[in-house]
Amino acid sequence: MTPPLLNIKKLSVAFKNSQQHLTQVVHQVSFQINLGEKLALVGESGSGKSVTALSIIKLHDRQRVNYPTGAIEFQGQNLLQKSEADLRRVRGKNIAMIFQEPMTSLNPVYPIGTQLIEPLLLHEGLSKSAARSRMLELLELTGLPEPHKRFNSYPHTLSGGQRQRVMIAMALACRPQLLIADEPTTALDVTIQLQILELLENMQQEFGMAVLLITHDLNLVKRFAERICVMQEGNLVESANAEKLFEQPQHAYTQHLLNSQPERIQTDYDYTTAPTPLLDAQQIRCYFPLSKNFFQRTDNEIKAVDEIDLHLYPGETLGIVGESGSGKTTLGLCVLRLQNCTGAIRFAGKQLDRLQTRQLRPLRRQLQVVFQDPYSSLSPRMTVEQIISEGLIIHYPDLNHQKRRERVIKILKEVGLQEDMLSRYPHEFSGGQRQRIAIARAVILEPQLILLDEPTSALDVSVQKQVLELLENLQRKHHISYLFISHDLKVIRAMSHRIMVMRHGCFIEQGETEKIFNHPQHPYTRSLLHASLFM
Amino acid sequence: MFKYQILIPSSILILWLILAILGPWFPLEPNHIILPNILQPPSLSEWLGYDDLGRPVLDRLMMGARTSFFVAFGVITVSLTVGTLIGTISGWFGGYIDLIIVRIMDVFLAFPGILLAIALSGILGPGIENVVFALSVVGWVGFARITRAQTLSLKHREHVLAARALGASIPRILRYHIIPLLMAPLLIEATFGIAGIVIAEAGLSFLGLGVQPPAASWGSMIRDGTGYMLVAPHIVLAPGLTLLLVVLSVNMLGDKLRDKLDVKSQ
Amino acid sequence: MPSFIISRLLSTLTVILGVITLIFLLIHLVPGDPVQAMLGETATPTDLEALRQALGLNQPLFTQWWQYMTHLLQGDLGTSLYSQEPIIDIMIERFPATLELAIAGLLVAILIALPLGSIAALRKDTIYDNSAMVFSLLGVSIPNFWLGPLLILLFSLTLGWFPVSGRENFLSLILPALTLGTALSAILARMIRSTLLEVLNEDYIRTARAKGLRESAIVIHHALRNASLPIITILGLQLGTLLGGAVITEIIFAWPGIGQLTIESIQRRDYPLVQACILLISVSYVLINTLTDVLYAWLDPRVRYSV
Repeated sequence: MTPPLLNIKKLSVAFKNSQQHLTQVVHQVSFQINLGEKLALVGESGSGKSVTALSIIKLHDRQRVNYPTGAIEFQGQNLLQKSEADLRRVRGKNIAMIFQEPMTSLNPVYPIGTQLIEPLLLHEGLSKSAARSRMLELLELTGLPEPHKRFNSYPHTLSGGQRQRVMIAMALACRPQLLIADEPTTALDVTIQLQILELLENMQQEFGMAVLLITHDLNLVKRFAERICVMQEGNLVESANAEKLFEQPQHAYTQHLLNSQPERIQTDYDYTTAPTPLLDAQQIRCYFPLSKNFFQRTDNEIKAVDEIDLHLYPGETLGIVGESGSGKTTLGLCVLRLQNCTGAIRFAGKQLDRLQTRQLRPLRRQLQVVFQDPYSSLSPRMTVEQIISEGLIIHYPDLNHQKRRERVIKILKEVGLQEDMLSRYPHEFSGGQRQRIAIARAVILEPQLILLDEPTSALDVSVQKQVLELLENLQRKHHISYLFISHDLKVIRAMSHRIMVMRHGCFIEQGETEKIFNHPQHPYTRSLLHASLFM
Repeated sequence: MFKYQILIPSSILILWLILAILGPWFPLEPNHIILPNILQPPSLSEWLGYDDLGRPVLDRLMMGARTSFFVAFGVITVSLTVGTLIGTISGWFGGYIDLIIVRIMDVFLAFPGILLAIALSGILGPGIENVVFALSVVGWVGFARITRAQTLSLKHREHVLAARALGASIPRILRYHIIPLLMAPLLIEATFGIAGIVIAEAGLSFLGLGVQPPAASWGSMIRDGTGYMLVAPHIVLAPGLTLLLVVLSVNMLGDKLRDKLDVKSQ
Repeated sequence: MPSFIISRLLSTLTVILGVITLIFLLIHLVPGDPVQAMLGETATPTDLEALRQALGLNQPLFTQWWQYMTHLLQGDLGTSLYSQEPIIDIMIERFPATLELAIAGLLVAILIALPLGSIAALRKDTIYDNSAMVFSLLGVSIPNFWLGPLLILLFSLTLGWFPVSGRENFLSLILPALTLGTALSAILARMIRSTLLEVLNEDYIRTARAKGLRESAIVIHHALRNASLPIITILGLQLGTLLGGAVITEIIFAWPGIGQLTIESIQRRDYPLVQACILLISVSYVLINTLTDVLYAWLDPRVRYSV
């Protein structure tokens, strides 16, 4: 049997902080990659997967990183013991890497061509024109449209997907034996994700290199990898062939990860009784002026939301799906009148669009929001008690301190938090806990409607499922209607009674969840489903 | 190491504060002219010697501490209040109010700061009130600009949107969700502002536009001494070193403050 | 890009208009009767009335402002009360000295700050970094009206290397330039350090490392080029500090520029000349900032190629 291409033996990685204090984040991790193999390294945030990947070509800050144990053998040579100069000959030539953020991974002040030919000039000593023609071929292969034209373009003129293609072409320039892809699709829209993943697969076959794919997304791996290593808190807990891992996960954490995939937890909604809608919005329209230049006043506009109708029944969840820039968040803010718009909004018998800010204030109790980012949606200088009780202070000014505290504690327990957290500040909590605080802040007012704007997108999968279950429980218990906004079709399917699909500010189609998933009418919905179900 | 970087500057500033507030109760004779002692170098009986008029340098230095302290805190109080108020209004309400305020700020920022202060105190005439006025006219813009920028970015943050969704009134949002978050950057700006004002006050006095003689300022002491540098360098060295120590201490504490508050905000 | 430049120029124009108006209003701040203040206690009522006529001070404020503006547009800055010369001639005579000093001070600042700031960033948390930051802390804290006399005491009076004051030859420029440039060099060194550290943490620097580029190539090609953008903006803004400092530096070294003229005119209560000096320095500052903005836009492809 031939020796493995890359052999990582008992690798530990630690970092020094400014006080020279060492913290170990990867503990004795061992795995191998064979020639031409597709290996995936999977784990949630903080699992040490990216740290491990960056260690292979030693891209960590040299002054801070420390390798207490282990070896990284590439083609029989220990990379950890190589000098910086020797390592440079490996980087980009034998081992290439692409990163998560295509928007920031290219230098903004140089045209992409200049950056693309760098590895060839460096490692193969090609002339500029030879390097140029070689890279143009590669760009063609990666499917960048009109590579000749784009060669001298600056990165900011390309979309995220196009930039990732450029990054892939650059990585393949010297025909590396190993390509490390660190979350290469995470920052992209779902339809683009699929394209990039297919491209990586094609390139892998074309060039016959080994690929190490780092990701948090188990589904992505199911389709792509031959072998999978699972990491948790700096340890490698399981590694197995892809099929075997999905069928018979051995380690408890792997089983937990697999079980965390959102499944439908919502019960069906009975539409036959034809209730009157709680919320009925007609022809919602919200345009943003594109540039307020001296000459061009408002002839350029982004149609963030363009003539959308929407209704929501009591106790129902309407899922609004769309990729980034589809206007789904703006629509949500519009119907709650947190964003200026035109159109008629009827809520619980009242015409919201006709009310002044002052008249609207008492109604705010009924209309609550939970945002995507639990880090910025809580006031950092307020305690948990102050945050959750603020709505009570505003809407029930007669409640005394004792009564308020009782209700805060009750709701805190309801969302799965403890009483002793009352006097703590948001930065002391994890993302999932903060999202529970945000939910408590909304639910304590016993609203009829909550706008959930990507409430689980910033969370790890295992936490995601718990939060979804909590939301579903609260809905049943308090008979709340949800406007559930998400780009993630799996989450939408798990939570929604009915779905509305949006794209570029326009309505695409809507219908009951299973109908849309099983019989999508519009081609865009079909491509969206295709991309996200495959992954 | 870390401890001394806070301990030493703090002690210097506390000394400055004590001198400024308790100055009148010390047995000082800053304006007592003793002709035979003109330009006398430091000695055991008079630690910092005498100046060109035969006045004790140490006594004048302590009086100068009072001048610079009151100018610094007067200016900071006025410009912080005015600047924060204008900046918050501009940032929160936006629209035409903001447009006009931004234009006015642009005009004030178009002057090199010290130059506007020189012109103002030159035209108003010397005197400590005019110095405070001139430096406040220059100083408010910095605070207004920071407050406006912060308010602008904070008002679109989700925690403010969440407060609006709760039905909070504008005063409540400003009081609980915006202003507490402005405190850290304003505190840092105010600290470095003090250093700048102390130098500016001394600079105006150096140019003869600051406090009136015979009142003492470190700046005017330096100016008076420059003519006698070869024979009596102590007249220039003493106020200059004092000024440097105070400004250095403020800047060091400002740096520490910035490091500390920045870490917390992340 | 062209529309960017045009809109930038328009906003520059409005700022300059505001600057002129504010300076115009300054003279109305003079406590009591400005004419009395200019001529002193001994002036006769006829002298006072004559000057009031000459300055147009008995007309409505708006008419005065309008006259001031129209005269300015024709290049007429008025006449000096002290020397009776046209102010424009005095400006033309004095301005080159200030320009020379400012450029020399800027050069000193850049020559000190660039190596200091870069080394501090590249050798973060080492002795080089710490010493550079101590220098920088001292530099921003030391007042130039004290540093100047100290330099004179050491290099002119004691060592005799440079002249004490005046503007004779290249040697006489050295000490004023050092005095003026030190504070800016300290601020700039800090800025360069923090900007460079920030840029070195960017994703595209990691991409460059992953390509196998040398550290020196990464710093020169990828980091410095990007860091130069914010540094240019800061430099433009800090030139205000430099121009303000020039006033004090010119006084210390008896440098015959606009700054010295400003203080002289204040002492002589020659208010039209004071107005003109402030106007000249402020407008130069505004124009420099416009220039740096345009330069920034030209250097940053994200702005250069935007529609």
